[in-house]
Amino acid sequence: MHFIRQVTTAHSSIITERSNVSSMIKQRCLLPLLSGRSGSCRLCETFTPAPAKDQFQEELVIRPLHSGDIYASFQFRTLWDTDFLQEGQKKVSHYRLFPKSLGQVLSKFSVQELHISFTQGFWRTMQWGQPFIPSPPGAELWVWFHHTVSDVDGNWKELTNVLSGIFCASLNFIDMTNTVQPSASFKPLGLGNATDHRFLRYATLPREIVCTENLTPWKKLLPCGSKAGLAVLMKSEKLFHSSFHSQAVHIRPICQDEQCTSKAWELRQTLNVVFDHYTSGQGKKEWSLFKMFSRTLTEACPLASSSKVYVDITDNPELSPATPLLSQAVVLGDRRTYSVYDLTRAETFGQLRSFNLLLRWKGDNMLRPLLHAERYVAGFGLQTGEIHTVIYNNHPYRAFPVLLMDSVPWYLQLYIHTLTVTSKSRDNKPSYIHYQPAKDRHRPHLLEMLIQLPPHSMTEVTVQFERALLKWTEYTPDPNHGFYVGSSVISALVPSMVAMSTNFTQDQPLFSSFVPVKEESSYFVRVYTEPLLVNLPTPDFSMPYNVICLTCTVVAVGYGSFYNLLTRTFQVDEPSPPLAKRLANFIRRIRGVPLLA
Amino acid sequence: MGLLSDPNRRKALTRLNAPICIVCYLAAIVWFMGLAFEPFPLRTYMSENAMGSTMMEERFSAGDRGLSLAKEFDAHKRKAGGMPVEWLVKAMRARGLEVFTQSFSRKLPFPDENKERYMVGGRNVYGILRAPRAPRTEALVITAPCSPGNSNNQAVGLLLALAQYFRNQIYWAKDIIFLVNEHDLIGMQAWLEGYHHTNITGMEYSPLQGRAGSIQAALSLELSSDVITSLDLILEGLNGQLPNLDLANLFYAFCQKLGALCTIQGKLQRNDWDTAEGYTHAAQTMMLMVLKQACGQSWGDHGLFLRYYIEAASIRGINSFRHYKTDATTIGRLLEGMVRKLNNLLERLHQSYFFYLLPSLSRFVSIGYYMPAFGLLAVILLLRALDLWVHLGAPALAAVDGVTEAEQPSSPGMLTVLTPVVISHLTGVALYLLPVHLQEMVVEHFPVSETEAVVLTAIAIYTAGLALPHNTQRLLSGEGTEQGWKVLKLTALLYLAVLLGCTALINFSLGFILAVTLVPITASITPHMPKALCALAMVLLSPAFTILYCVFIYQELIEAPVSEGWMLFLSVISQGILDHALNGSLVYPLLALFIYPCWLMFWNILFWN
Repeated sequence: MHFIRQVTTAHSSIITERSNVSSMIKQRCLLPLLSGRSGSCRLCETFTPAPAKDQFQEELVIRPLHSGDIYASFQFRTLWDTDFLQEGQKKVSHYRLFPKSLGQVLSKFSVQELHISFTQGFWRTMQWGQPFIPSPPGAELWVWFHHTVSDVDGNWKELTNVLSGIFCASLNFIDMTNTVQPSASFKPLGLGNATDHRFLRYATLPREIVCTENLTPWKKLLPCGSKAGLAVLMKSEKLFHSSFHSQAVHIRPICQDEQCTSKAWELRQTLNVVFDHYTSGQGKKEWSLFKMFSRTLTEACPLASSSKVYVDITDNPELSPATPLLSQAVVLGDRRTYSVYDLTRAETFGQLRSFNLLLRWKGDNMLRPLLHAERYVAGFGLQTGEIHTVIYNNHPYRAFPVLLMDSVPWYLQLYIHTLTVTSKSRDNKPSYIHYQPAKDRHRPHLLEMLIQLPPHSMTEVTVQFERALLKWTEYTPDPNHGFYVGSSVISALVPSMVAMSTNFTQDQPLFSSFVPVKEESSYFVRVYTEPLLVNLPTPDFSMPYNVICLTCTVVAVGYGSFYNLLTRTFQVDEPSPPLAKRLANFIRRIRGVPLLA
Repeated sequence: MGLLSDPNRRKALTRLNAPICIVCYLAAIVWFMGLAFEPFPLRTYMSENAMGSTMMEERFSAGDRGLSLAKEFDAHKRKAGGMPVEWLVKAMRARGLEVFTQSFSRKLPFPDENKERYMVGGRNVYGILRAPRAPRTEALVITAPCSPGNSNNQAVGLLLALAQYFRNQIYWAKDIIFLVNEHDLIGMQAWLEGYHHTNITGMEYSPLQGRAGSIQAALSLELSSDVITSLDLILEGLNGQLPNLDLANLFYAFCQKLGALCTIQGKLQRNDWDTAEGYTHAAQTMMLMVLKQACGQSWGDHGLFLRYYIEAASIRGINSFRHYKTDATTIGRLLEGMVRKLNNLLERLHQSYFFYLLPSLSRFVSIGYYMPAFGLLAVILLLRALDLWVHLGAPALAAVDGVTEAEQPSSPGMLTVLTPVVISHLTGVALYLLPVHLQEMVVEHFPVSETEAVVLTAIAIYTAGLALPHNTQRLLSGEGTEQGWKVLKLTALLYLAVLLGCTALINFSLGFILAVTLVPITASITPHMPKALCALAMVLLSPAFTILYCVFIYQELIEAPVSEGWMLFLSVISQGILDHALNGSLVYPLLALFIYPCWLMFWNILFWN
């Protein structure tokens, strides 16, 4: 829709842009003035009027995984050179590539940064390695508000409701009982040095089911919709016939240019999907775009400034058609080589005017991710339990610290004195602990810890809890299913594989290889554990009827007899006189003679 | 309710006490036996909505592959002389599962002669089929035991074939764990304790590496031949726990759908309920269930799951001489259907009954129907206690004109009551502790094996308890008074009523069997009866003899030679003690620490002077 409108009203939009541009130039001059940096205003004066700098890039990365599965990651980036959060700014009403629905939300609620993800499935770190953009099962939302916001909780509440409408998801179930303010785990990813976590809100809905009704509004945010470009591949029947599906929207302010004189908004929409080679590939490690998405590519999105398909060829898969373009990058601590297909060039599509990539490989060696974690509930019965979080550091010789964040609903009453952290069967004292106890029915527990993981070790964090008895109206409609506890979040700077490699036989200049620590010596990773499903003591909901019957009976019988016993006066019962005596007395009464005793 | 406050009506209660008790006892027996009469119990029906219709189509067709895998498994089992761990790991991994192993070891308190084991060490192998797009929060378990000899190979083969088939399906919403456990219950216990990270039985095991969230249901498969004639469903678990009735209904529904013969307690269902044979058949089936439930042991690998709030049942293939045979593909389809239904569950199985008896697979007796039978027995104890209380109160009432209760006679009674109670319970503690702890000493002095030593020590202590001087209270408080035994009996009656009541709530069968044998003699015993005759009657109705009768009745019902009963009786005692040590079964401590001392108190009353 959006795209069609763009094309048909191209002329009129140019005219409106003109008027807009002039106001934008003014703003650009105003910006540094207001912020007290006068030096950069000279730049503005020399700025020539130009169309608004909206930019759109699309990209698809395909990575064959060791397990034989295939990982496809879409990223769509919309850049918008405007800053509507700045004070003194007139209301922005013109939108070109940036979706208006999101833009209005951002300005209305003074959002500094917004990250939202919907995930169906669990990322299997042990088999798949690290994802490009991690996300927990269910829905996750974290937002940094602008520091001018006075009523953060109110804004948060309204924002979740609005987003709920935009993404067709149950985000309106986010309230104070599942919202936390992490002190260290979630730092802003964009511009801004906000450190005051009063402006941060984080919430997860582990139970959220993600399906086509969430995908459709997500696709509508793209400038080309699903009409052209890479988004053509997103056919829900294929995307949801997979082992893992995750879609996300990240909005953050970034620099407009290298000098960083002014801000631009970046909207990054990502969609990650892992296809199972077993169920759909019949065991063969052979894939094509058509097999994955039941579509081929025919064109790039006309609005995109760049549109590329990257294929990870580090493990030497067979590719057809081949491409001469190669790109090397250090991704997640590992040096990877990618074949690049540029969709903006006609020769990519070949004679058939259609691009169908074929990929054949042999994955075999087991993967050993440097950091992974798992979580489970120990114990049985419905009274107490213990949450175990196990974090593995598989690095052979380097220790590194991780930040563990746990948000536990109030109905699991944590016994924080039972918190233990053990590595290699020895007590491992966290260097930083931030614990906020829960308030019944008001807020969840928040536990953040900085733990040093010894090399090649398993660190176990345990904490005991007691299951609360809920009020009968607080149970969900399916109480015997259990209650969810969201994933733990482990954020870490993991030593890079590249830095780890001691293989100096590669042809690289000698001067660069003496000190093994390179600039990419470590990389940031966020690992989510699985959510927990915990059963709480649940009444039999047909019970009230039974209870009413039983109590009525008990009260009637018990109370009745007790009342009887307590109020009855005991008297010695005089045996009634024999008939002859009664007759005699009757006659005596008539005669007026004293009666017989 | 003027019954108690009105002295005259009290007298009526006393006068009619014995007839009422006799009527109650007979009514209880008749009620219980009537439960198996088909028009009385309800028809089974599926309560769980999510498992309601059987619309889906089972497509499993790899029964033959399962059988060839079974042969392969057998060959590797022989070569490895136990669990072929490497082969299993490879086979499961090849089928696209995440495979993990767990090793465990356990030293039994004394050698188990039935299964010939003492120091047990083994490994469990399990593979997890990860459900696509599910966050590892729920799981189903299918287990097959790796048994010594030729048995259960087909179960493992079918398990692997099912794993392969299931792996290619897209509709799973729960992870499925395929577990092959070694050393039957010990391996299962180790795995369950490892999965839930608990240690309740002193097992040594290596921690589990892979988990799949909370387990919703489990099926255990036992299959020892390529074709079978019928499938037997085993429900009785540890301490008489039963899985939700919907699991039995599910099994029954799929047997009907696929045309497989299904049995419970090894007995087919009959349709001629109105004939004497039909009724006897149903009564026998129900009696078997009662006996199995009462013994408190786990009758299949599923039994240990129940403690963890996981609904579980065992399915055992039986190959007899019937002509109608069911092949492995059909069994596979049956399992596929059941697992798919369980996969559809939105909540844990909770809709249907947890307390029931099954006279056949299509009829069930719910707790509301069978509890009155026990209630009638318990009422006898209470009536007798009431009678005694009235008797105790009556002379005092007459003396002080009925205004104040007599306190004088009961205050010396305190000591007279306490002494036998304490002595009886100390005997019970000895019966609980000594057999296992004294085994080494006994083996040293007598030419018996450890197991025999334990059993014989138990019997010896049990018998010695009868010969204990039960009149020590005379040393402390002089001559045993009339008042004294009445107070003791009152206490003992109430104690027994509470004990049996609690037992029946947890394990109806055990409570009912104990009540049937203990109630008549305990209700009627007084010191004024002919000693020799009563002593014989009491011994014949003591807990040990109850076990003996149960063994004989069980042998009779399963049509096994009754003459083996004596040997079986001895092994039942050793198995009971082992079961308590290994799996935490509560029947042995209950009998030794509570029921037997309580019975001794009545024994004490008989010899009161």
